[in-house]
Amino acid sequence: RDVAKRARMSSAASSATRAGSLNGRPGRSCIPIGPHVVLKMIKHYQEEGQGTEVVQGVLLGLVVEDRLEITNCFPFPQHTEDDADFDEVQYQMEMMRSLRHVNIDHLHVGWYQSTYYGSFVSRALLDSQFSYQHAIEESVVLIYDPIKTAQGSLSLKAYRLTPKLMEICKEKDFSAEGLKKAMIGFEHMFEEVPIVIKNSHLINVLMWELEEKSTVADKHELLNLSSSNHLEKSLQLLMDRVDDMSQDIVKYNTYSRNLSKQQQQKHQYTQRRQQENAQRQTRGEPPLPEEDISKMFKPPQPPPRMDTLLIAGQINNYCQNVKEFTSQNLGKLFLAEALQGHNS
Amino acid sequence: MAVHGPVVKIHPVVLASIADSYERRNEGASRVIGTLLGTVDKHSVEVTNCFSVPHNESEDEVAVDMEFAKNMYELHKKVSPTEVIIGWYATGFDITEHSVLIHEYYSREAVNPIHLTVDTALQSNKMNIRAYISAQMGVPGKTVGVMFTPLTVKYIYYDTERIGVGLLQRTRDAPNRAKGLTSDLCQVGGAATRVQDMLTTVLAYIEEVLSGKVQADNSVGRFLTDLVSKVPKISAEDFESMLNSNINDLLMVTYLANLTQAQIALNEKLVIL
Repeated sequence: RDVAKRARMSSAASSATRAGSLNGRPGRSCIPIGPHVVLKMIKHYQEEGQGTEVVQGVLLGLVVEDRLEITNCFPFPQHTEDDADFDEVQYQMEMMRSLRHVNIDHLHVGWYQSTYYGSFVSRALLDSQFSYQHAIEESVVLIYDPIKTAQGSLSLKAYRLTPKLMEICKEKDFSAEGLKKAMIGFEHMFEEVPIVIKNSHLINVLMWELEEKSTVADKHELLNLSSSNHLEKSLQLLMDRVDDMSQDIVKYNTYSRNLSKQQQQKHQYTQRRQQENAQRQTRGEPPLPEEDISKMFKPPQPPPRMDTLLIAGQINNYCQNVKEFTSQNLGKLFLAEALQGHNS
Repeated sequence: MAVHGPVVKIHPVVLASIADSYERRNEGASRVIGTLLGTVDKHSVEVTNCFSVPHNESEDEVAVDMEFAKNMYELHKKVSPTEVIIGWYATGFDITEHSVLIHEYYSREAVNPIHLTVDTALQSNKMNIRAYISAQMGVPGKTVGVMFTPLTVKYIYYDTERIGVGLLQRTRDAPNRAKGLTSDLCQVGGAATRVQDMLTTVLAYIEEVLSGKVQADNSVGRFLTDLVSKVPKISAEDFESMLNSNINDLLMVTYLANLTQAQIALNEKLVIL
């Protein structure tokens, strides 16, 4: 069975590299995912997720040289208040130990999370992903968007923190100077890794069986025209974020204004001092001691830039989603026009 | 075939997990067994999850790691408290004597356990997925035997599951059995192509009926009338104005989104200055 597994891995490697490394980096080509992983994630959200709550779980798999392959996953229970003594780590350990007995890869290669209309760029996500990536360089976070999936097509994206962001998180230096030094923009926070779904031969057979046996018709939600609800929601979230952003900008503006005012004050003070000293010298008196200017004028606290970066990243994400949505809808509208044109 | 007993509804995630655990079985093991979790209804049993249980099978004896099964069930219950053990599965074509023993064990866990067989070895060129329930047979008082009666198996999907399965089915047709996820307009194009294919099939059927090759079927004719009348009859001006207003909305939103993106990029550049 080991031989078969190695053969499968090498075939996966060769086919994925044939598909092309879309990021230009040789080690970062597509991540193959087993089909049952996808189904399990879908099911987990369907059964346990409600409204805006996110469901999370762990991804298991292998790391083959530079590449990652996701072969299994298991869900995390929800955090409830009455479960105070529930030990997450213990649950994870138990699960992994048990899975090892049935020959499931027990390497923790990442985690998955469901998202509500694409709002996942948050401090919590950043921290979790950082700790994962610190342990295993290749780990990813899979974001599953159930609402978009319900609209017709599976929305599953894999993200990884860019090396630049990893550096910053390691230093824990989130100030403006730190970020400026690293030249990080909101576009360089996460890099998306393309994923492919790899069916094994057995799963292929299963798919053929299901097609024969099951009578569920394709509902074609993708061609549904009335999806303005979704647009409204996305735009509302976008507006909220933009409000946050503008508040942040106001804070930053006040800070820089304070800073410049203080600089002026310092300048004036030193000038006055010098003048006085010059006068005293002419009068023959000892000069006043040089006081420590920095102690007198305490510089204002620069506002943390990390939140701004996160908000900017989130806004960017929302905008991307909205644009994708509108382009799809435009296509659908033109389709409807063609259909109507035929009739009349 | 008259079938008594509940209908078994299976989610595709269960079958996919079974296939995967079969691929990972130990050397020398010819089949894999595991527990089925789900919910029981009055007339049906819904299987929504499963996990495999290590076991050893030889000619005369069978050993199942029951501790493991209990542990796993506890862990799973933490995530989905509504799922209960409703039976067990085994890969392989037939029901062996060992199955009876294992079934007895499961009868202690669940009220009336279902036994599911999935023929992963494809003995009859098909993956036979069958479900059984046990029934007592024999003369009461004397040796009682157990008979497995088959049940109807149905597949049910959540909406999102169906979309996932649709994608997997398209993956199956792709070369290298690997497929990336498309996005944007490509998806609409794909969906439109599928509808177009269906329309071609329907048209071909109509042609055949018209030329007399195939008997006209009244029910199909009714469906066809429904289909054609589904396209709403709107006057050209009304439709034009609706279309234009919708397009304008979408264009405006796109413009605003682009503007916002430019704004935050600009803001960032200014700060980093």
